[in-house]
Amino acid sequence: MLDDKFEYLLRLGDTGLVLSQRLCEWVGKGPALEEDMALANTALDLIGQARMWLSYAGEVEGLGRDENTLAYRRDAHAYRNLLLVEQANGSYADTLARQYLFDSWHLLLLQTLTRSADERIAAIAEKAIKEVAYHLRRSRDLIVRLGDGSQESRRLIQDAFDELWMYTGELFATDAVDAVLDAQRIVADASQLREPWLAQLRETFAEATLTLPDPDAWMQTGGKQGRHSEHMGYLLAEMQFLQRAYPGAQW
Amino acid sequence: MVTAPVHEQIWAWLGEVEDPEIPVISIVDLGIVRDVRVDDGICTVTITPTYSGCPATEVIARDVVQALERRGLHGVRLETRIAPAWTTDWISDDGKRKLRDYGIAPPLGSAAEQTIRLDQIGRGAPRRRSPLEAPPGLECPHCGSTQVRLTSPFGSTPCKALARCDACLEPFDYFKCH
Repeated sequence: MLDDKFEYLLRLGDTGLVLSQRLCEWVGKGPALEEDMALANTALDLIGQARMWLSYAGEVEGLGRDENTLAYRRDAHAYRNLLLVEQANGSYADTLARQYLFDSWHLLLLQTLTRSADERIAAIAEKAIKEVAYHLRRSRDLIVRLGDGSQESRRLIQDAFDELWMYTGELFATDAVDAVLDAQRIVADASQLREPWLAQLRETFAEATLTLPDPDAWMQTGGKQGRHSEHMGYLLAEMQFLQRAYPGAQW
Repeated sequence: MVTAPVHEQIWAWLGEVEDPEIPVISIVDLGIVRDVRVDDGICTVTITPTYSGCPATEVIARDVVQALERRGLHGVRLETRIAPAWTTDWISDDGKRKLRDYGIAPPLGSAAEQTIRLDQIGRGAPRRRSPLEAPPGLECPHCGSTQVRLTSPFGSTPCKALARCDACLEPFDYFKCH
């Protein structure tokens, strides 16, 4: 049971950490100053949340690994993040499509976690949800503006959604870890979030004049079990370089 | 022997610890000091951090310990409490006035009421608010005009958005209702 909770906390923490790392790649070269600040601030919220999840994961594991050890000393196969968040930034449309798909799911997930039987999980979710609501307001607004914008912006954002779509199945896929924690009311059944999520997307896509990809299309899975795309090694190589080269280095 | 004046004195000392990013207001004004206890000569200060990733949190922790140790208190303990989550509703009226005087428009409205509508955020019109819609009642902290607009939902720190005044043409920070 402790192992299941550890696994689940890694999934939450790693997902926030990896997306934060991706967003930081934009810093200094966002398409506008306001966008640069938005990406950096979103990344900052996500890394703050990831620290709380990973610290708790380390405590649950009980082997003395703290948030930093977990973040900087694990290889790709030990990472449990969603495949969606490790996908390359691509164009700005790709980054925003990834962010909207993630934010809309993240808010729904955190809502269920605020009711977790585990007080610490509920408290972290309660804190994070206020930040994520703000992320979603921005990403949703931009999807509508790009979709209902110029022909080119519409084409780019539609292509981005079509490309990323196969990574969304994993948001709602459950395995033995979820089942064990669900039975103890620590988490809610993730598959139950799919319908409310699709309903939100249908509204947004309609307003943005975009076409929602087929919800029953074939979906890629594996991130939560440690099977990642080739992006992951490069991402970690950059993120972990300093701690790998100079173990224990501090600012 | 712990006496009430000691307790009040510690709160007063904490009231002199500045927020590292907005030095005109103290951490007590900001509402992040939630509790001060003195048991058997050990002082425990409970802090509730603002945003999850706010880099000021660690500086504040260090400043609190230093401020109290400088006054002769030793063995100061810091506790971090994340629930209930920090909200701008906890910023004191005095704190809001100091923010305005400093050129930052203080948060408007109640965050507690705002969260009730959380489930509406991902949904479509007509309930949807654009992230660039200025909150009702927003005033320019420089000239007091209400002819203002938000220019960016994110600003120089996690707690602020960027706005500008169409009357005096000055840009300003808005401390988001959170």
